Amino acid sequence: MVSQFGFVLLFMIAGIFLVLLVLGIARILRPSRPNPEKNAIYESGEETEGTAHVSFNLRFYIVALIFILFDVELVLLFPWASVFGDKALFDDTKGVWAIYAGIEMFIFVFVLALGLVYAWKKGHLDWIKPSQEETNFKSPVPKELYKDINEKYA
Amino acid sequence: MEFILLIKGLIILTIFALSLGIAAYETYFERVIAAYIQDRVGPDRAGPFGILQPLADAGKLFFKEDFIPTLADKGLFIIGPGIAMLTALMSSAVIPFGDTLLIKGQYIPVQGMDVNIGILWVFGIVSLGVYGILIGGWASNNKYSLYGAIRAASQNISYELAMGITLLSVIVVTGSLSIRTIVGLQHGIDWNIFYQPVGFLIFVTCSLAECNRTPFDLPESENELVAGYHTEYGSMKLGLYLFSEYVNMFISSAIIASLFLGAYNYPGMDFVHSFLTGKLGESFGHNLATVLGILVYILKIFFFIFVFMWVRWTLPRFKYDQLMNMAWKWMMPLSIVNLIIVAAAELSPYPLLFNYIGLAIFAFLYFGSRTVYNNKKSKL
Repeated sequence: MVSQFGFVLLFMIAGIFLVLLVLGIARILRPSRPNPEKNAIYESGEETEGTAHVSFNLRFYIVALIFILFDVELVLLFPWASVFGDKALFDDTKGVWAIYAGIEMFIFVFVLALGLVYAWKKGHLDWIKPSQEETNFKSPVPKELYKDINEKYA
Repeated sequence: MEFILLIKGLIILTIFALSLGIAAYETYFERVIAAYIQDRVGPDRAGPFGILQPLADAGKLFFKEDFIPTLADKGLFIIGPGIAMLTALMSSAVIPFGDTLLIKGQYIPVQGMDVNIGILWVFGIVSLGVYGILIGGWASNNKYSLYGAIRAASQNISYELAMGITLLSVIVVTGSLSIRTIVGLQHGIDWNIFYQPVGFLIFVTCSLAECNRTPFDLPESENELVAGYHTEYGSMKLGLYLFSEYVNMFISSAIIASLFLGAYNYPGMDFVHSFLTGKLGESFGHNLATVLGILVYILKIFFFIFVFMWVRWTLPRFKYDQLMNMAWKWMMPLSIVNLIIVAAAELSPYPLLFNYIGLAIFAFLYFGSRTVYNNKKSKL
């Protein structure tokens, strides 16, 4: 007897087969005439400058770190959630179960929320906002000149 | 035993064909709906009403020349779209398309597999989906692709948290991780959306973000990043990326419909079932009622697919700081509050009533404290 998870494997094999099939058919059907121009990395029509594997904004790492913390806590909450509303346990213990499980969950979620508040307060959740700043740039071209041009070619 | 295996195999094939077929026709609906909203004609050349357009598009993608950039990581470049497609297809395994079919005295559920951790399975596979985008974007060795991929990754993980916590509040009510059980508990019109409207809204928003749909389509925002993570892709590899996006859309619509709108449950289903079995006999009547349920489910799925497309032409794209603020400063706290309210209401004798009382108390506290805070600030 194939268990339910046997079908997971079946699904996975069927999926891999489908992807390979599609790519294989495309490989047979399509033309292949590569040249250096085609194989260059696209950069809006300019010559490609260096590699793309450069360092990027550090914010993304911080978001990933905070995510890992919360995701682990989330996974720990799943088993709790599936037994919390259990009517049989509730009736057997005359409601004590609900109070214990509820308080336990409340403390856990409170710690979770506290972590969020901490990250928030520390400014880890703030993305760099584009701000408009006034510059004291003085143009050598007097304003009247623009006005004259506008009037001349109006 | 072998008979059941055969039926199961057929069901798996059908589900594959169904999710791929629906995904193909989503591209057609997308264009038709876009044309309708923008008051233009839309696709009308391939076949009557342009109904063969998806086939023409697929044919075009098959015959396109495909080149791999010299600087790209060749292996990962090919694996990327494959993973995206595979993860998209895998999650359709646990969608409960309908109730049971009665064949030769055996009840066979219309579902790829009814594992007892169904919803956790979908959640896990959807999280893996980001690898396809990340690998493809990194392997391209293109700056736009890299930015698109990083944006996609950090957006998906941010919205996944709020989605997971909302999922918890559904599980608290049903006490099971099996999607079939969750759906079964929403018999008739006892749908979860009435118990947790806030959870429903959070879940829909997060699904939009997880599918990288507008207004959350920053990974492929074409006016900043050319085409985002699939800039360097062409031919069927691009096809796999686009297709996986549409399959994901179908699956998230199906999950929303089964978690919050009761999937194949509809008001008056018991009456229909007893009427049909009474008139047409036990076996045929039962099967006909199940088919009706499947049609209702597909209608609900298409409604959500329509909403996804409708939103695309209604809301402008967010900026990145707005997107992150929304995920971490609005969705996360709101979903935690929602979880606490739902859990507390579940212990009360009237969950439905106490849910709304909880929400009202929260709204009162939030808006009250904001007014007091604003008044204080204006006095200073």
